[in-house]
Amino acid sequence: MSILIDQTTRVIVQGFTGDKASFHAKEMIAYGTNVVGGVTPGKGGQRHLDRPVFNTVKDAVETTGAEASLAFVPPAFAADALMEAADAGLRLVCVITDGIPAQDMMRVKRYLKRYARERRTTIVGPNCAGIISAGRAMLGIMPGHIYLPGNVGIVSRSGTLGYEAAAQMKALGIGVSTSVGIGGDPINGSSFLDHLARFEEDPETHAVVMIGEIGGPQEAEAAQWAKENMRKPVIGYVAGLTAPKGRRMGHAGAIISAVGDTAAEKSEIMRSYGLHVAPSAAELGTTVAQALTRAA
Amino acid sequence: MDIHEYQAKELLHRFGVPIPRGGVAYSADQAVYVATELGGWHWAVKAQIHSGARGKAGGVKLCRTYHEVAEAAKGMLGTCMVTAQTGPAGKMVSRVYVEMAEPFEREIYLGFVLDRKAERIRVIASGAGGMEIEEIAHARPETILQVEVEPAVGLLPFQARQIAFGLGLNLKQVSQAVATMLGCYRAFRDLDATMVEINPLVVTKDDRVIALDAKMSFDDNAIFRRAQIAEMRDVTQEDPREAQANQLGLNYVGLDGDIGCIINGAGLAMATMDMIKYAGGEPANFLDVGGGASPERVKQAFDLVLSDKGVRAILVNIFAGINRCDWVAQGVVQAAQDLRVPLVVRLAGTNVEEGQRIVRESGLSIITAETLAEAAHRAVAAARAHREAA
Repeated sequence: MSILIDQTTRVIVQGFTGDKASFHAKEMIAYGTNVVGGVTPGKGGQRHLDRPVFNTVKDAVETTGAEASLAFVPPAFAADALMEAADAGLRLVCVITDGIPAQDMMRVKRYLKRYARERRTTIVGPNCAGIISAGRAMLGIMPGHIYLPGNVGIVSRSGTLGYEAAAQMKALGIGVSTSVGIGGDPINGSSFLDHLARFEEDPETHAVVMIGEIGGPQEAEAAQWAKENMRKPVIGYVAGLTAPKGRRMGHAGAIISAVGDTAAEKSEIMRSYGLHVAPSAAELGTTVAQALTRAA
Repeated sequence: MDIHEYQAKELLHRFGVPIPRGGVAYSADQAVYVATELGGWHWAVKAQIHSGARGKAGGVKLCRTYHEVAEAAKGMLGTCMVTAQTGPAGKMVSRVYVEMAEPFEREIYLGFVLDRKAERIRVIASGAGGMEIEEIAHARPETILQVEVEPAVGLLPFQARQIAFGLGLNLKQVSQAVATMLGCYRAFRDLDATMVEINPLVVTKDDRVIALDAKMSFDDNAIFRRAQIAEMRDVTQEDPREAQANQLGLNYVGLDGDIGCIINGAGLAMATMDMIKYAGGEPANFLDVGGGASPERVKQAFDLVLSDKGVRAILVNIFAGINRCDWVAQGVVQAAQDLRVPLVVRLAGTNVEEGQRIVRESGLSIITAETLAEAAHRAVAAARAHREAA
C-alpha cells in the first residue's frame, strides 16, 4: 500500500509532447509508472514515447481508462487544464506548473465543488515536485533514487526540502511509503490535512513527516487535526526562521503577512499539539528515527 | 507587485470609485501648476512611495497657498523617506500627488484581501478608519465587519449593504458605499489584485463617500496578462539588486548578514538560511536559482550575491533533481575563478559523485561539504576567518 498512486495507477500526462513533459514522462516510465498516454490539443492521433496522444482529457479517459494525470501546462492555461481533468472524471491530478495566478486557483477550487465528494478530483500542487510511492510509481519530477521504499510518509510544501528529508532518512536506513509535494503557492489543490488523513488510513505508513514554511494557516490547522485524529507519530519542521516580514521568499505563498505566519509561531503550534519538531532541517532524519523508536 | 497611490486611485476610479480630483507632479513647479488647474483653496501634497504610514513621516502636507504647495513638494521630492513600514533605508520620493483637500466628518477602513484559509476574497471594513488595520484589530476588534465573496457569483449587493448599514451610514451614504465596494471588488477580480485597501474612505459634510487614500498590490503570477499593470512598475521603489534579480528571473531577497547563499528551491533556501543562523552566522540573502541551474545562471547568481559588498563567504547548496550535480558543478567552477571570498559547496542528488569530482579536481580552493549541517558550519567558520583576516 501507499497513498494516491501505485504501480497499477493508470496515468496520463497533460501537455505530453512538450520538452520538459517528455523528459519527465520518460523518467516516470523508467521508474515503473503505468503511463498510458497523454494529451496535447491538436496532436490527437499521434504517438509519443510509444503511447497514444489525445486532443482532450475526455478522449484519453474513454480510451485508456486513465485515473490520474500529471499536468505540465504553462501557467496561463493551467487552470483550464485542471478543470478539464476534473470534468473528465480523473481521480487525481498532480500539477507541477509554477506561476499560476492565485485567482485562477481560487476558481478551480470552487469548480471542483460542483462534483459530489465521492467523485471529486484531488489536485496535488501546483508549484510542486509531485508524488512518489517509493519503488512503485512516480507522478512528478523528483530524483527517484533518493527514496528508499519503507513506512514513513512525507508531505511537504517545498520540493527540495522533501528531497532533503528523504535523503537523510535513506542514510539512516529509513524508507518512504509515499512522498507528496503540496506546493509553494498561496492556494493549494490539497492541503497538509488532506494528506495526513490519507496517511493515517494507510496501513503501510507508520509515521508522517510534515514540512512546512512561512505564510498561511495550513500547518497550524493540520497540527491540530493530527493531535485530535491521528494515532501515528507526526514529525514537523517549518522553514523560514530567518525570513523577514512582508517579503516573498521565492514561493508565491511564502510570505509573512498575518499573525501565525512566522516559522517560530508555526513550530510552537506544532509542538503544542504534540508533534516531534525537528530543531533544524539537518535533523529531519534523526528526528524521524527518534519518533519511530519512541513509538515502537 | 505594488503601485503608487495615484495609480491605484486612477484604476479604481475607472471602476466607479469616487476619488478627490488630483494630479501627479515630478517637480515643485509642476505641483503648483496641478494646484492651479484643480482650483480651490486647499490641497494635499502627498509623497508617492510604496509604503503606508506616510503621514507620520511628513509625507502628506495640507497646503493653503501655491507657495505652500511648492514648498511641500520641494521638501519631499528627491528625499529618501523613512516610514514605519520602509525599514531604515527608506524609499526615494521622485513624484508627488497634489489633490483637492476634502473636509470630512468620518473615516472608514475598507480592505479586500485574498483569504488563504477560505480560498476566497474577503472584504473587511471598520468604522475606526485612519488607523492601520493591525491597530484596529488590536484596539477596536468589535468594529470590524467582514464578508467572504463566493467566486462563482462575485460580491453581491446585499453583502455590501450589510457592511454599509453595519457601519451606521445613512441612506444617501449607503448607496455610494455599496457602489464603491462593488467597484473595488471588480477591480480586484479583473486586474488580478491580491490586496485593495482604502484607508480612509471618508464621508464628507455633504454626504459624499470618497476614497481619500488607496493602495493596491497585484499577483506577480498574473502580470503576464495585465500589461497595463506591468507598465505601472516603479523600479526606483525596489531594492536595486532585487530588481536586477527579477530581470534575470532569479528570486533574490537581500538581508543583513555576511554569508551569501546560492540554493535551488525556495524551501531548501529558507532552511539553509535558518541552518546558518543555527550554526552561529547570519545569511546575507535568500536566493533560489531554480530547477534548471545552468552554468550561465549559476554565474549570474554569483555576480548578484557578490554585488553585496558585505558578503564574506558564499554557500552553494544544490539538491539536484531535474538538474544534475555535474552540470551545476561546472557552473560553480567557472564562476569561482578569482573569487574574493571563501566558497563552500554542498552537492546532493542526481550525479553527485561526478559533481564532487569536478569541484575537487578544479584546482580551486573550494571547501566541500557532504551534509546540510556541515555546509552551514563550514560557511560560518569561513566567514569568521575571512572577517578576522581582513
